[in-house]
Amino acid sequence: MTALTAAPPELLMRATNLNAAYSADGTRDVPAVDAVSLEVPRGQILGLAGESGCGKSTLGNTLAMIANPPLYVLSGTLEIAGLTIDLSTLDKGADARHRPHRGQIVSMLPQGAMNSISPTLRIRDLVCDVVRAHDRSKSRSDALDLARDRLTMLGMPVRVLDQYAHQLSGGMRQRMVTVISTLLNPQLLIADEPTSALDVSSQKALIEMLIHMVDEKIMGGAIFITHDLPVLSMVTDQLAIMYAGRIVETGPTAELVHSARHPYTSALLAAVLDPTRETRTKTVEGIPGSPPNLANPPTGCRFHPRCPFAMEVCARQDPPLVGEGIHSASCWWAKDHPHETVPLQGVSL
Amino acid sequence: MTSTAHQPWAGATTVQPVLSAKGVTKQFSVAGGHFTAVDDVTVDFHQGKVLAVVGESGSGKSTLARMLLRLLPVTSGQIIYEGRDVTHIRGTELRKYWQDVQAVFQDPFASFNQFFTVGHMFKRSLRLAGQGVDTDELIARCLGYVGLKPDEALPKYPHQMSGGQRQRVMVARALMMNPKVLLADEATSMLDASLRVSVLNVLQDLRRDLGLTVLFITHDIGQACYLADEVIVMEHGLVVERGETDKVIFEPQHEYTKRLLSDVPDLKGSLKHRV
Ligand SMILES: Nc1ncnc2c1ncn2[C@@H]1O[C@H](COP(=O)(O)OP(=O)(O)O)[C@@H](O)[C@H]1O
Ligand code: SF4
Ligand SMILES: [Mg+2]
Repeated sequence: MTALTAAPPELLMRATNLNAAYSADGTRDVPAVDAVSLEVPRGQILGLAGESGCGKSTLGNTLAMIANPPLYVLSGTLEIAGLTIDLSTLDKGADARHRPHRGQIVSMLPQGAMNSISPTLRIRDLVCDVVRAHDRSKSRSDALDLARDRLTMLGMPVRVLDQYAHQLSGGMRQRMVTVISTLLNPQLLIADEPTSALDVSSQKALIEMLIHMVDEKIMGGAIFITHDLPVLSMVTDQLAIMYAGRIVETGPTAELVHSARHPYTSALLAAVLDPTRETRTKTVEGIPGSPPNLANPPTGCRFHPRCPFAMEVCARQDPPLVGEGIHSASCWWAKDHPHETVPLQGVSL
Repeated sequence: MTSTAHQPWAGATTVQPVLSAKGVTKQFSVAGGHFTAVDDVTVDFHQGKVLAVVGESGSGKSTLARMLLRLLPVTSGQIIYEGRDVTHIRGTELRKYWQDVQAVFQDPFASFNQFFTVGHMFKRSLRLAGQGVDTDELIARCLGYVGLKPDEALPKYPHQMSGGQRQRVMVARALMMNPKVLLADEATSMLDASLRVSVLNVLQDLRRDLGLTVLFITHDIGQACYLADEVIVMEHGLVVERGETDKVIFEPQHEYTKRLLSDVPDLKGSLKHRV
């Protein structure tokens, strides 16, 4: 890092101390988001990575203010667009007035969105539905004008508006739902696994479009959720790695990918299969064991039953947050080994 | 995964392939004509080898697989299994074929009955296959191949397992039929990287220990690179490139293969910071 005295980038959003739980019958709570804090600087894309079931979608839904029973937000504040929103009181108290803002301030592109649109719906009807659901003052032709301009700006074919969803390829459908969910210029777009069902060429087209959208200030910034680290390293500025409901490491993407400080991050990186000569000869063992049951997570560091570096203290006490600038990890090993990268062979066996 | 284990590519070998497609074509009727999903594809699958079929979605990979599985009739061409033409077999012969050639698909949830435990499903499959004796021992052995314990796996309902566990259960179920060929169609695509490698390792072991022939369909060249002995690349129903994995991936000849490779997201690359 250079010692230039550049001003830190302006913050787009800050989420502090989010706790959210699924409550099946009011007695059995599954705390799926545990004391999570996150920041997104303006104009940047933050990647949220982790194995399935670790709570990524739950965190996304909480931030997008669309948590619905059986998911309950127990605590957390969201600062965005000059507002400070208490996420735990959205339904009841004073902050209920913010609930209408969802979709406009924070727009959510849910997991599987491209498959949930009716195949017999014309894209232009979808455009009108979505725009008018958020802004009643917009007429049908306003909405369509907006969509036409947006598609032209992004270099996409305007005739898509006249087609039915089933006539579009999976990649095009996913790009269209992304464009439509950002027509009203949200502050923040949260995209949940938008590329996971696409082949590599469609993935590339979508992530190029997202970068273009942020550059053009169509949205102030984005959170990109996926378990796919290579995709995240192409599209994001910062990464947050999630394990069993907690964020275990955050930092600039290139730094995390090259010098992981948390053994879990390192294990995820080791499991990536690039088409390289190294992949041809290596044997990757994957992470032993399985992710914990969130209803009853391990004590101390939640990764300790699977961690090759686990020490006695790891099972006993929550790991400390070890920070170096904007790169930080919650880990006893990281504390004992300042500035060291987790040795890859330690986790890939 | 050494290259010494590789067979010379199709034609150069005298060893009879386990399974072959010969000039297989599939046309679907669409408004105002035909759409050729698979176009005159010829490919041999050799015993104990992993052959990967790569290509974008819509390139014809799954259609080819469904024809090989005899789930979809061919428009023209032949499917040859152990030297016999099985393109049009029916009845008992077809059921025997379906035992020998097993498949695992992308979404393990879709092929599970939500209300049956794994144990119930296994017994049912075995009964349908006419195997009634010593099933407990067989089930335990097949679960063992995929690293699962009977007392942990058998009482579980689908929703009580992770995606990786469900996918391994499906591989175990396929193995119970004692197949000669295992066809995996995007079977690992939706899995997390860590679970994905564990399923790929299972396939690798089965190939080595049981001489299983594996047809591995994927859009992810990285997975083909890790697992396959041979690769064929499909574009618009045509095989545009084929050969040993090292050749196809590290010395691609066809423009389409080159593009597929250049579109693979690179862990050490970034589109954000290009200058
Ligand atoms: N509707 C629900 N009811 C109860 N538990 C749920 C529900 N949805 C998700 N969970 C649980 O919450 C945890 C986090 O899930 P999720 O946020 O979907 O993870 P991810 O998006 O990282 O895959 C998991 O343990 C999951 O089983
Ligand atoms: S705190 Fe301990 S168990 Fe957790 S990741 Fe660090 S070394 Fe491993
Ligand atoms: Mg999810």
